[in-house]
Amino acid sequence: MTRLPKWADLALVPLISLLLAGAISAVVVLMLGENPWETVKIMVDGAVGSPYAWGYTLYYATSFIFTGLGVAVAYHAGQFNIGGEGQAQLGGLGVALVCLALPWPHWTVALAAASVGAALFGAAWAAIPAWLAAKRGSHVVITTIMFNYIAAALIVWLLVEVLRPTGQMDPATARFAAATKLPTFQTIPGLDLIFTKKVPANVTFFIALLACVGVWLLLWRSRLGYEIRAFGKSESAARYAGISPVRVIMASMLISGGLCGLMSVNNVMGEAGRLLQNSSEGAGFIGIAVALMGRNHPIGIFLAALLFGALYQGGAEMGLWTSVPIELRLLLQGLVILFTGALDTMVRMMIAPFFRKRGAQ
Amino acid sequence: MTETPTPSERQATAAPLGDGAAVPPAIELRGICKAFGPVQANKDISIRVMPGTIHGIIGENGAGKSTLMSILYGFYKADAGEIVIHGKATPIPDSQAAIRAGIGMVFQHFKLVQNFTVLENVILGAEDGPWLRRSLARARTELKRLAAEYEIDVDPDARIEDLSVGHQQRVEILKALYRQADILILDEPTGVLTPAEADHLFRILAHLRRQGKTVLLITHKLREIMEITDTVSVMRRGEMTATVATAETSPRQLAELMVGRKVLLHVEKAPATPGREVLSVRGLSVTDAAGVARLKGIDLNVRAGEIVGIAGVAGNGQSELLEVLGGYAAATGEVLMNGTALDLSARADGRSRRRAGIAHVPEDRHREGLILDFAAWENVAFGYQDAPEYQKNALLMDNAAIVADTRGKIERFDVRPPDPFLPARGFSGGNQQKIVLAREIERNPDLLLIGQPTRGVDIGAIEFIHKRIVELRDAGKAVLLVSVELDEILSLSDRVIVMFDGRIMGERLTAETDERELGMLMAGMTETATGAQA
Repeated sequence: MTRLPKWADLALVPLISLLLAGAISAVVVLMLGENPWETVKIMVDGAVGSPYAWGYTLYYATSFIFTGLGVAVAYHAGQFNIGGEGQAQLGGLGVALVCLALPWPHWTVALAAASVGAALFGAAWAAIPAWLAAKRGSHVVITTIMFNYIAAALIVWLLVEVLRPTGQMDPATARFAAATKLPTFQTIPGLDLIFTKKVPANVTFFIALLACVGVWLLLWRSRLGYEIRAFGKSESAARYAGISPVRVIMASMLISGGLCGLMSVNNVMGEAGRLLQNSSEGAGFIGIAVALMGRNHPIGIFLAALLFGALYQGGAEMGLWTSVPIELRLLLQGLVILFTGALDTMVRMMIAPFFRKRGAQ
Repeated sequence: MTETPTPSERQATAAPLGDGAAVPPAIELRGICKAFGPVQANKDISIRVMPGTIHGIIGENGAGKSTLMSILYGFYKADAGEIVIHGKATPIPDSQAAIRAGIGMVFQHFKLVQNFTVLENVILGAEDGPWLRRSLARARTELKRLAAEYEIDVDPDARIEDLSVGHQQRVEILKALYRQADILILDEPTGVLTPAEADHLFRILAHLRRQGKTVLLITHKLREIMEITDTVSVMRRGEMTATVATAETSPRQLAELMVGRKVLLHVEKAPATPGREVLSVRGLSVTDAAGVARLKGIDLNVRAGEIVGIAGVAGNGQSELLEVLGGYAAATGEVLMNGTALDLSARADGRSRRRAGIAHVPEDRHREGLILDFAAWENVAFGYQDAPEYQKNALLMDNAAIVADTRGKIERFDVRPPDPFLPARGFSGGNQQKIVLAREIERNPDLLLIGQPTRGVDIGAIEFIHKRIVELRDAGKAVLLVSVELDEILSLSDRVIVMFDGRIMGERLTAETDERELGMLMAGMTETATGAQA
């Protein structure tokens, strides 16, 4: 197979995948009797057309960065963590317990504590599948998927039976104290000049950026990251080198679960202000697509998360202003996953001849 | 005997049967060119092979032999050139076309279904129709005929997994003959065989030749070329540098043609001066996950300043021995390293062995010794990722220091291309091995375990690698060498231990033994049995 230049590998292939997914979606929109061009305009406008739109796009992107990074860390160890959804919901539980436990004096302290809580709970939820994989050889794809269902059921039970304040009708925790409210972009000095309307994007976005740097340092600068990548590339070679499979699987899955759990700081603490059912809203699954499209590299994940954030927000606007159902957003996401993940090789084969000719001359 | 071929010898065609006016060559390649990106794998290759001959193609790894055969078998399409089979221009776009043209190929790695019988494997892909009964019956009759005609005796109902490697190879040959091949290509056929099995193969090949079949033998072993071929072509860097009649050449001349300069075929080394005992193994036994005993009470020792060679056909426990000593397989028994017992439980790992002064060049560098997707510099730290000089602080590794160390190793071990950032996958076999060797030898270990040091390594690099191993010995270190290449064992080691079926069959001083005796031991025949047979 022809080796593509790096820029084509990193930018052109994802772009073509995206265009293909868009083209098929456009056909569906046509069949629904709407104008694809108008729909695209509404989506783009709704996602990036104004600071207000960006305020939502960045909010979604924040969650996707965390879950994307989580999936990527496990992926580098050869573990396919599909349990981001459950780990994120458990992370939400951690956030809620921390926020409700003490009368926090200031949001900064609460944020630090809640982040620890979110990461610990997310990691704990990944720990059991990780342990089963490391010690018993169970496949994490199977176990983490099952743990998503267990997480959902556990959260519902907790919300209905344990955490719901007496007298409250809906299955949710009590509202967190006002002091735990994280600053959103329109209240942050400097950013408030751009974001004049109330938006959900909040300081967690900057934690997500730090997490990108942290994951990069971990994977490409630390010894643990070296061992994770070596193990992920070749288990037999890792065995020769004396890299412990148990250690690598546990460490990578715990970090992965922790990162997925961290996304709940964004939505549970930063936006909802209480823990609701299905708080993660599929962000754990989107994280898989984000990691795939971002080539499991923090920079790629950041860009892919922005894209998926925009799709998510733009899709919502489309559902609001056109007769195209909001589910088209799912179709578009699904197609992007299909093209970037499953059909990646097909896209490469399509563009390879153009590069081959140039190389031969 | 001239040292280098004259121009007329270079032009010589492979036609020992006269001028070939009456009989067209079985295979004629005209001006075959093939490039992979910037790499010219085959440059204007022309060759004529007369029917009823055995023609050898010899060359270093990466010389373009495999590419040429892949073109002939339809795996690759040549950029330019023509294939003429029995005087008729025959384009070969795929392997089906090759089979139709009467070309059969025996690959280095057999393409057999392990849990199918011989018969089922033979008809696989050549069934007469959807119902197997008729095909199987027809194949059974045909196999009987082939077995009689070519003296290739294989039980048609035996399962492949129960057959020895030599028998499996015969099944591959039968497969080709069943498909009416009259041109047979064998790619490195003796790599996995015992000397006795190799002899058997050569008898079969000679028989095929008598029956008028044409054989193309691809190998890097000069001895085989001299023993069996009628004519030989030498390839170097994608070019056919010479085609000569085997009777008119010598191993030395062929070796020089292969590498383009004079090479030392034998390792020059002074007699060993063994010192204290570095490694002592007592009653070492290994049972694998399936409950099969792989090592059955091994006793051996290696002293400082000597190279001990473990000879044996692949799969007789050598790999397990290296894995146990390398720290990643559990065993029972006792192993003393510099007088201290090593942990043989499953808790042991490669790192504790490295701390004990053992360095290990594993048998399979692709599976174990290297991470192919990692850059050269990342591979230099492999296994030594916790070495203090590679750390920047408690949290981060010092990548710059590793890169700097890699540059030094690349220079000292003449790794080409000298690019520390190139993924290991991008280096040739010899250069990959040099990276592993540099990493392990420069740790200055008390004991070097080295498995198949020159497997898939070109002649130029073999010489270099052997020199380095001898240097380590001369520096007073102990070396335990495992190799399936008897030539290598004989030329490198000071003492030879032969393994068969998880046991030690015998031990000889290299100076006091020969290939024939070791070959018998490798086949599991004890001295008394050898005597009885002789």
